[in-house]
Amino acid sequence: MSDDATHRAVEQAARASYGRLLAFLAARTRDVAAAEDALADAFHAALEHWPRDGVPAQPEAWLLTAARRRLIDAARRAQVRRDALPTLLAAADEAEEQTMPDATFPDERLKLLFVCAHPAIAREVHTPLMLQTVLGLDAARIASAFLVKPATMGQRLSRAKAKIRDANIAFEVPLSGELPARLGAVLEAIYAAYGSGWDDVAGADPRRRGLATEAVALGRTLLQLLPAEPEVRGLLALMLYCESRRDARRDEGGAYVPLSRQDAARWSRPMIGEADRLLQDAQRAKRLGRFQLEAAIQSVHARRAATGVTDWEALALLYEGLVRLAPTIGALVGRAAAVAEARDAAQGWALLQAIPADAVRDYQPYWALAAHLLARLQRHAEADTARERAIGLCEDTAMRVFLRQQARNPP
Amino acid sequence: MNYTILIYETAANFAARNDPDPDRREAYWSAWPPYAQALREAGVFAGGAGLEPPDTATTLRFHGDQHHVQDGPFADTKEQLGGFFIVDVPDLDAALVWAARVPHSPGRICEVRPNLKPMG
Repeated sequence: MSDDATHRAVEQAARASYGRLLAFLAARTRDVAAAEDALADAFHAALEHWPRDGVPAQPEAWLLTAARRRLIDAARRAQVRRDALPTLLAAADEAEEQTMPDATFPDERLKLLFVCAHPAIAREVHTPLMLQTVLGLDAARIASAFLVKPATMGQRLSRAKAKIRDANIAFEVPLSGELPARLGAVLEAIYAAYGSGWDDVAGADPRRRGLATEAVALGRTLLQLLPAEPEVRGLLALMLYCESRRDARRDEGGAYVPLSRQDAARWSRPMIGEADRLLQDAQRAKRLGRFQLEAAIQSVHARRAATGVTDWEALALLYEGLVRLAPTIGALVGRAAAVAEARDAAQGWALLQAIPADAVRDYQPYWALAAHLLARLQRHAEADTARERAIGLCEDTAMRVFLRQQARNPP
Repeated sequence: MNYTILIYETAANFAARNDPDPDRREAYWSAWPPYAQALREAGVFAGGAGLEPPDTATTLRFHGDQHHVQDGPFADTKEQLGGFFIVDVPDLDAALVWAARVPHSPGRICEVRPNLKPMG
């Protein structure tokens, strides 16, 4: 087998199995960092052995055996944490059994997701930890996506893993009583990887754009592991609705196109169809939640592909519900936008003004919407000031250009 | 805590400042005031300046008590310091968010460094 083909086989095994292998190893040792090191060594060993001996019939089992051997070696060398050794050996035995044909080792990724979003772990690390442990993303890429110094991101991840090990955080699925709260943290962490869903004025957060695919993958994994939870479906539906519009957010020349002016023919019908089905299934459970509501909002936008119109009254009502359930700044700004369209600009502006000034000092979508509504109210000087502020807060060149054009061609 | 956002520009960026095409000149200059204004309105602006191009630089080198004066910037690199902002923010993460909002232009690079704490 050529080196290239082996590389591809290893890469494929890494993509397909990384999270499952790591979750299995980490759940048994509660030492995520050690499990990562062992798994990395196992992949290196694969690159060495597979070209010579051929890709094994069960690559996952091969990698697992190699990784737990490294874990045992490392534990012996360290001569500390002797208490972990029996667990490691138990894992070794279990892995041995798993090498039988057709046997698959248990999928512990759900437990790993709950550990990553555990209340004892700093909230800002929940998402990076998931991306690294479940999807195998490297710290440098995660750091760029979250606009954090790579060395700092590395330290935060190491600290979180040390905490999991030292505080002996249990790898378990929470009992039904605590499940909703604990699941909320997992969903929020996945959504944070996706970025802001409110793309009407802001455009998707350019920092997070690169992680959208990864976030959808995490959402799919979670759904596979927790199929009965409607909010999991809601979150996946939400992300798919937003993803369906990705190509329509820029025109051929790369210019920013706001949602209301997007060509619905450029939206992905298969993604909208899948999101519709997920949302319908979720609503059958009759347990409404934040993510189902956010998905419902996006489904109203998506319906324009079929009807040619946007039902702003429905959007205003859904935002009203969302603000009651989860009054985030994004939801408050979204409600003001929907009310301005459904009723009139003055009502939208009143809602916008009611948001505390401290919360929006550097929140770009607020200023972009303020500029838009003030222009519609013929308050042009104030509109210009707000627009300049929105331009100054842009991270995205296409958005900056769009706002400049708006200054020249007011609505 | 103060951080300095150092903005490095290419020769093309510097040239755009005086581009004969008014649109391109405008594209360069119009991007900065909103950014500086946003920093002020958010209450994080602690200083800053745009710098004349590197060919206006004069470099002094010290050899003991002697100094040697040269025309031009001290380092002959593709990107040269074009200006800087000082922001007063709680931490590096917040400073990086502001650095990401510096108007983008091909080749422009931002470097963020914590300022030393004032002495004395």
